Amino acid sequence: MIRVLVTKVGLDGHDRGVKVVARMLRDAGFEVVYGGLRQTPESVAETALQEDVDVVGLSMHSGGHLILAPAVIEALRRRELDVPVVVGGIIPVRDRPVLLSEGVAEVLTPGASQKDVVAAMERAANRRPGRLASDESVEG
Amino acid sequence: MTRRDDWDRQYQAGPSDSVEPSTLSGLELDAVYGPDDGEFPGQWPYTRGPYASMYRGKLWTMRMFAGFGTAADTNTRFKDLLGAGGTGLSVAFDLPTLMGTDSDDPLALGEVGKSGVAVDTLADMEDLFADIDLGGISTSMTINSPASIVMAMYVAVGEKGGTPRSQMAGTIQNDILKEYQAQKEFIFPPRPSVRLVNDVVRFCTAEMPLWHPVSISGYHIREAGSTAGQELAFTLANGFAYVEAATASGLDVDAFGKRLSFFFNAHIDFFEEIAKYRAARRIWARWMRDRYGATDERSMQLRFHTQTAGVSLTAQQPEINIARVAIEALAGVLGGTQSLHTDSFDEALALPTDKAARIALRTQQMIAYETGVAVVADPLGGSYFVEELTDRLEAQAEGIFAHLDEWGDGSILEGVVRAIEEGWFQGEIAQASADFERKLNDGRRVLVGVNRFQEPEEPEADILYIGPEAEALQRRRLADVKQRRDEGAVHRALARVRQDATVPDVNVMPGLIDAVRSYATVGEIVSALGQVFGTWTERAVV
Repeated sequence: MIRVLVTKVGLDGHDRGVKVVARMLRDAGFEVVYGGLRQTPESVAETALQEDVDVVGLSMHSGGHLILAPAVIEALRRRELDVPVVVGGIIPVRDRPVLLSEGVAEVLTPGASQKDVVAAMERAANRRPGRLASDESVEG
Repeated sequence: MTRRDDWDRQYQAGPSDSVEPSTLSGLELDAVYGPDDGEFPGQWPYTRGPYASMYRGKLWTMRMFAGFGTAADTNTRFKDLLGAGGTGLSVAFDLPTLMGTDSDDPLALGEVGKSGVAVDTLADMEDLFADIDLGGISTSMTINSPASIVMAMYVAVGEKGGTPRSQMAGTIQNDILKEYQAQKEFIFPPRPSVRLVNDVVRFCTAEMPLWHPVSISGYHIREAGSTAGQELAFTLANGFAYVEAATASGLDVDAFGKRLSFFFNAHIDFFEEIAKYRAARRIWARWMRDRYGATDERSMQLRFHTQTAGVSLTAQQPEINIARVAIEALAGVLGGTQSLHTDSFDEALALPTDKAARIALRTQQMIAYETGVAVVADPLGGSYFVEELTDRLEAQAEGIFAHLDEWGDGSILEGVVRAIEEGWFQGEIAQASADFERKLNDGRRVLVGVNRFQEPEEPEADILYIGPEAEALQRRRLADVKQRRDEGAVHRALARVRQDATVPDVNVMPGLIDAVRSYATVGEIVSALGQVFGTWTERAVV
């Protein structure tokens, strides 16, 4: 069973998406650790360590992703945690390859279905090369 | 004398020429239609509208929410919107400001100016409203936990510019209860936060008769995933809670009641939204008169601002959002809104570009001036469908009020606070959100472009991109202000803020006005208040 930390990072409190993702993953058989609001890169990495997760999922809507996602990756590295990070939320197209090049494993974008989310988490956990989840879903 | 006669008397007493009173083809239209003994707009319980003349007397305010980057950036956007025909200002603050955090705080890293304008000190507010006469415009400010501080700044800026506080017109959102329930921009715990809300209410009741000290909001509750019935019920319950807080502090209900305002979502299910607004007015009128003893009709007339639903917008095929917004705006107008913000089509991915914001404003203007929907008040009144839907939503809401009333042992305020502490609202909203998501996944609910009628992804259109320069500029500005201010004055002012906060009956507003004038920062003042009130961590409900 894949264990995922699903959390917001930064000041933003819009948590509808992160809660929906938490439920999607739980319903699909993942073990979900819900990190909640107002986590810092440090607290996210600490929780990832304490909870021994396989993947870290960040929900980001407020435009701070280019700073905060790499900061989470850095905080994980400092703890010698080789845990892939998946970022989802409001991520402009031009920022997606930037995140991937900074070490983010997968980027989930608005409209991602349960299928997309689950597939992205599985790919991340299995360490396949990073792709954009929305590339795959063209089904009704 | 029939109800129609009574309505007509009111109608004749005011202006009624802001729209051409006929169809496009020249058929003259009455201001309202209905049986002579039925309900008319401007008559309790105001189901059909708070005013006899509705839009014939005055169109809704076209109030476009704006804010990004530095105060100077937003000042330019304000002037553009006013120049393009916008009739009121509406300020969006960035996340650090909303959370009472300064731009140089490590917690603000990466977030300064990204989802609104950065305001750290009075100097930023001065820049924000540069060359705008605050005596000649009304301004809405969307901020909650630090609302009292930002209110103090607005008063200071206006007075510096020559406008007495008694002539300042506008609204401050200042609705903390919905933060715990939905938007999560809380700082302090619920009870001291309600005190802060009420201090602003008391201050405005005494000194700012043209100001709305609270905008009791359902928009965010709906965006978080609630149903229309929950949006209606939770919002009005929060309103009742603030009424109880104000009367408990010694204010007469009719002294502040007329200055309470509301803010609803305009979502995509057209008729449900129209019915929701009608039910809201009816409920408020009954409760204010029968439960809270209001006798001034203005205390019973629910007036509201509307924003089209951000959550209904799609990143895929974003041009379709223009159509969605037009329909949602139309629902707001047919529901009798007093003020309207229309979202821009690119907002699923970013704050709006100039061009997108302009299209959104033009959408309102097209509705107002071309479609004829403003000519007749409550045109759907009397529709079998809409009347039934109104009744059903009202009944749903009453069920929720009864639950909260019982929870609070006869006090809605108590019931709401206890329900917040138990995570009840949050759980209801999360469940409604999950139910919707499941229907989307199953295909029972369709989002055009997302789960049906898809296109291969197109290259991203021009979006508003806020880079790190805003943060760098803002940090420099803040450092400069701190360097030039009188630290002794700041220190004394903050000490007073702390002292005032410790005494529940003291109104913090005068002390806050002094503090902002000394160029104390939002973060410093929030810190001072936090030392007295503590901070709030929610118990997460998924």
